[in-house]
Formats: sequence, structure tokens, C-alpha cells
Amino acid sequence: MADTVTGTPGATKADPTPRARRQPRGRRALRLMSPLLWVGPAIALIGVVVLWPVYVMFKTAFQHFTANGFYLGPAGWKNFKNLFNEPDLPSILTRTVVWVVVVVGVTMVLSLALAELFNQRFPGRRVARWALIAPWAASVLMTAFIFRWALDPNYGVVNIFLHDIGVLDSYGSNQADWLGRPDAAFAWMMVVAIFVSLPFSTYALLAGLQTIPHELYEAARVDGASKWRTYRSITLPLLRPAFLVALLINVINVFNSFPIIWGMTRGGPGYETATTTVFMFQLKQAFIGESAAMSVINFGLVIVVVLVFLKVTRWRDQVT
Amino acid sequence: MSTAVATATRSEGAVASRRRRGRRRLTPRLLIASVAAYLIAIIFLLPYVEMVITALRPPSELQARNYVPEHWDWTNFTSIWKTGFGTNLRVSLQIAGGATLLVLIVALPAAYYTARRKFRLRVVFLLLVLATQMFQPAALLVGIQRQFTSYGLSPVSSLILVNAGFNLAFAVWILNAYFSSIPAELEEAAMVDGTSRLGALGRITLPLALPGVVTALIFTFIAAWNEFIVALTLSGDPTKGPLTVAINNYIGQYSVDWGHLFAGSVIATIPVIILFALIEGKVVGGLTAGSIK
Repeated sequence: MADTVTGTPGATKADPTPRARRQPRGRRALRLMSPLLWVGPAIALIGVVVLWPVYVMFKTAFQHFTANGFYLGPAGWKNFKNLFNEPDLPSILTRTVVWVVVVVGVTMVLSLALAELFNQRFPGRRVARWALIAPWAASVLMTAFIFRWALDPNYGVVNIFLHDIGVLDSYGSNQADWLGRPDAAFAWMMVVAIFVSLPFSTYALLAGLQTIPHELYEAARVDGASKWRTYRSITLPLLRPAFLVALLINVINVFNSFPIIWGMTRGGPGYETATTTVFMFQLKQAFIGESAAMSVINFGLVIVVVLVFLKVTRWRDQVT
Repeated sequence: MSTAVATATRSEGAVASRRRRGRRRLTPRLLIASVAAYLIAIIFLLPYVEMVITALRPPSELQARNYVPEHWDWTNFTSIWKTGFGTNLRVSLQIAGGATLLVLIVALPAAYYTARRKFRLRVVFLLLVLATQMFQPAALLVGIQRQFTSYGLSPVSSLILVNAGFNLAFAVWILNAYFSSIPAELEEAAMVDGTSRLGALGRITLPLALPGVVTALIFTFIAAWNEFIVALTLSGDPTKGPLTVAINNYIGQYSVDWGHLFAGSVIATIPVIILFALIEGKVVGGLTAGSIK
């Protein structure tokens, strides 16, 4: 990375231009280069870790590999054809849409309520808010394992509780085996995903609430507006930027979420609780080309979401 | 745990004394709100309480079907070191520490320059940074795996690079915000007094931006510490992987070593929750700044 920065001024020195013209030109080159000195290492890191893997991923999607990773030559669109011929793909895609829409939707609605609640000036607010961050700071994988253990058909605390209140008839039964039934497992994993997404969304909306000028609420009160009316006409519209950003970050996080599903069911039984991200990982064990094809499609989906967001918020106008 | 509670209550005290001058009555509505908020706070902590309880269960009581064991037992925390957990802890410290250092070295100059100068390609650079935030390692996993295995780097070095790259955005945004808020006149004044630009940066700007630097450091450390999917992919041998990979490895094909799994999780999680609490107020800004600007 340092090579590019120091290498280019050296190149201008070897430039065989007349002396009179050399000075301003050299200075211009230097002025063009000096941002690179400051920003270059960051660009180099992004290039190596983020951009180049994108290229490698696209390349791999069109290559033919054996199960143990031996390269056999170009594959054309074969990996994509194999992927689209997977009998499980339609249900995996549907499940992914359900996963993102339900988890993000419920998270955003709940965090609107939570932000409103934790914005009240009650005594001990700071300590109460502090408890909210635990699922945010802790490893999502470990949180998923806690729920996996709590849902254990024989000894899980959820089943012990359900048995105590008389909902669960017997331990170890099909009813108690939440993670053994794909639908129940998927529902519980969505609960965990909502649980770990709530803190960030709530904090983002709390920060948004703080930016709303107090005078607006005073004015609404003077005008005799009801609480609900005030919330709808003042809070919600002014919360829009914070809400949109939290929404975008949640969509991307939830779409790419891997540890919850992997930690609780490994995507199984079969592929019956897998989303496209988990499916990509499952394919990767034996079919790296097809897995890359799945990644390319995932990547395209994220791009579409981000572009829509940039369009909606007109990001570029604001940065320039 | 106790130190963090102490800091939290101390700052709570400061907030309360600041507010005591203003009007504050405990109306019935506020009372209901606070009870609801406390209940929700407890619900958010419950899974982690269960984690600690399970870690402290004696092996004989793992199947006891009681909410709290009859005896408390630390053996999970002593015997876990015999499963090679010390190596995993060291690997995690290397990866998270290395990534944090690399992010600092790379993000500081970039954030400083973009805050102070309007140069060509500035928008391109900021978009590039935003892109790293939008694309998570999971989305590029196949590319990352094929690329880094072909480099022949050790898993630890690869994971340092990957974690630094994908967490660079947060550091750039938060440092950029801090540098922008510090008037350039302060530096110019120092330079008039005979300091170099770098001297002014080191003696004037950096100390003022220190809260931002600390936030960026802690956030990167935690993100790298908790990272799982790339670590699982690049580690190879799980006994030489970081904590997340090691803890995943306690899930066997036929049985799960829950005692060690949760003892390890407690060791890996509690310090991180406390660290996170220190920067809690500033994290949202770093995560959302790029998309809001």
C-alpha cells in the first residue's frame, strides 16, 4: 500500500519535461497525490479486504471446482443453472423474504414503542437503558446458544416454565422439541433475531428523538393537540431520517445473519430452516462454485436495497 | 461487573443532580412507564442470567429441571482451561487487538483528512467507506475464503485484515465527526506558534478527539471479538481458532458440552458487555453517520 503512495512522485521526477514546465506540474502532481498519503492506506485496506473478494467471488461463480476445491476449468453459467435447479431453492428464497420482512418489521415497530418508553424521564432511566444493550454487545452466536439450551426438549428452562404453568404435558415430547420442528424452530429463531436487533434500533430512534426540538411539542400543546396527534404529526415525520437508517442497517444485518440459524439448527433439518445466507454456507462445504453463485445473487440483492435507500434519502446531495 | 455498575450509578447520580434543579414529579403515568421499563430491562437481561446460572451448575444438576441449582459450582470455570480454552482466548486477543490497531492506524489519517479538506474523490472515498459498511463479510464469504487461502497468510493475520477492513467504516465516521467538530483555527494557532502540522494534530486535535478514538477502538475490538462466520471459515483447526469458533465446537455431533460452552460464553461475553456500556452513548452516531450524511 505504501508503494503506490511513494512510487508516483518518483515517477514525475523521471519525467523528461523542460525545466520551466516541470515545477508547476510537479506541484500539481504532488497536490493530487497528497490526499492519497492520508487516505491511501484506508483505500488499500478496503481494496484488499472488500473489493478484491467481490471480484474473486464473481470469478468463482463461473468456475468449476471439485468437492475438495480442485479447479477443473471454466464453468460458464453451469453453477447458476445448478443453483436454480436446487429443489429447495424456492422455499429458501421465500423463507429469506419472510425472515427479513418479519424480523425487521417487528423490530422497527417494537423499537418505536421502546424508544418512546425509554425516552420518558423516569428515575433510574440510565440503568434501565443500560440493560438493553446486553444482546447488542454480546456475541450473537452465544445468545443463539442460550436460546438453544433454553429450548432443550428435556431440560430447557422454557419447557420447564411451560410445564410448570401447565401448557406443556410431558418433557421430551414432540411438543417440547421446538427446534426439531422446522416451523417452530424458524419462529423461535425470528424471536432471537428480533431480540438481538432491538437494542440498536431502539438506541438509533432514541438518538433521533433527541434531535426533535422541544419547542415543537410546546407549540402542539398550546394548540391543544392530543398526544396521539402530536406523535403522528411531529414525532413520526421528524423521526424519519433516524428510522430509515435504522431500517436499512437492520435489513442488511438481518439478511446477512448467520450465527442465529447456524447456532440453533445449522439450517436443518435438511435445508428447512435455512435462509440464502445459511444456504450459501451449506453449499460452500462441497459445491464452492454453486455457493459463489448463491453469493452473487445475495450480493445483487444487497446492492438493490442500498441503491433504493440512496435514492430515497438522496445521500450524495448531502455529502457534497 | 461491579465496576461497571459503579460507573453506571455514578453517572446516574450526576444526571439526577443535574436534573434536580428542574421540575420532576413522579406522576402515575411516569410510575407506570418506569415499571414497564424495568420489566423490559429485566427481560433483556434474563437470557444472560440463564447463561451464568447454567455455567455455575454442577454437572450433576445440569438435568435437574429447577430454575436455580441447589449448589453452585465453579468447576466449569476451572476445567475449561484443560480443553485448550487458553489458546482460543489468546487467539481472540491477537485478532481483536491486531484489528483494532490496524483500524486506528488506517482510519485516523483518512478521517482527519476528509474532515479538514475538500479534495477531489472525497465523495468517492466516502461512498467506498459506506460500501464496506453495507457489505458484510457473510455476503462476500466465498471470495474472502478463496482469496485469503491463496495468500498463504496465517488464519490470525487473515482475520486481523478482514475484521479491520469491515470495521473501518465505523472508525472513519466517528473520527470524522469528532475532527469536524474541532475548529481548524485551533490547529492554525498552534502552527503560528511554531508547531508543525503533525505536532498540532498530535498535541491539539487528537487529545480533543480522544473520546471518539476510544469509542472507535472499543467498538472495533468488540466487533472482531464477536465475529463468527469468517473465523469459522478461515480458522481450519477449531482448537486454534478464536473464542466464537471454540465455543461453537462444544456442540458435538451427538452431545453438547453445555457446562463448558456457557462457562466459555461468560468469560467471552461479560467483559465485552461492560466495555460496550462505556461507549454506549456514542455507538449509534458511528453506525448511522455514513448513511445520514
